[in-house]
Amino acid sequence: MSLDPSFVGRTYPPTAPYQVGREKIREFATAIGATDPVHHDPAAARALGHPDVVAPPTFPVVVTMAASRQIVEDPALGVDYSRVVHGDQRFAYNRPVVAGDELVCASTIEDVSTRGGHGFLTTRTDVSTVAGEPVVAVWSKIVVRGEA
Amino acid sequence: MELPAKTFQVTRADLVRYAGASGDFNPIHWSDRFATKVGLPGVIAHGMFTMALVGRAVTEWAGAPDAVVDYGVRFTRPVVVPDDDQGTEIEVTAVVREVTEDGLTRLDVTATCLGEKVLSQARATIRTAR
Repeated sequence: MSLDPSFVGRTYPPTAPYQVGREKIREFATAIGATDPVHHDPAAARALGHPDVVAPPTFPVVVTMAASRQIVEDPALGVDYSRVVHGDQRFAYNRPVVAGDELVCASTIEDVSTRGGHGFLTTRTDVSTVAGEPVVAVWSKIVVRGEA
Repeated sequence: MELPAKTFQVTRADLVRYAGASGDFNPIHWSDRFATKVGLPGVIAHGMFTMALVGRAVTEWAGAPDAVVDYGVRFTRPVVVPDDDQGTEIEVTAVVREVTEDGLTRLDVTATCLGEKVLSQARATIRTAR
């Protein structure tokens, strides 16, 4: 799978705001077995100085999904999604995501390469509040497997 | 310094629950028929589910669920989850690589399933407990 290197540096328009709900954070925390009250009980979160329940560290993937889809489904880039596997993932946090956040995602393609018949695509998604406060930067590298 | 190992059991039910909570409904995480058709040995865990479990280990070691300032992994090997009551297990260990003067602790994390590494370059930076 060969990907067009001229896509490096391409930016995508910010996604529609994602409203982070308290129940969504609880549901996500429960699904990964994270029982700390800070994820479930607003009073426990407030005791640590947060306005509402705190999302676990990997929760931002729920928020960035629409932004990832925007790129992977860009017809000009031509990724065959059925051949995609996840390569790398990284989060750099300004602060944790909390319930009540209204978040937008702005994505940039940081790297495109082809090695050994496989395509590699690295994107950076900056997640910030609608007021412009940066919350977390998310890097994701996907591998588009070549035909065997 | 080595941190105490943590073990997470992963069953098919966990994958279904994670699919619903995360919105990742890729059938390789719930359909053996689909998974084997695309050349996998069977249903595999979401990479992000493994990363979430390792993230739990990191926040438990940190002693605070809001202490992580940087967290990254590379997915190297799929976690195959058999359709039985036991599922499989992911074991997570870590060593403290560095404690900085500005109060950050850098961890090198290892996650294995059936003795094989499933992540590489797994690193987390946590704020030292207040």
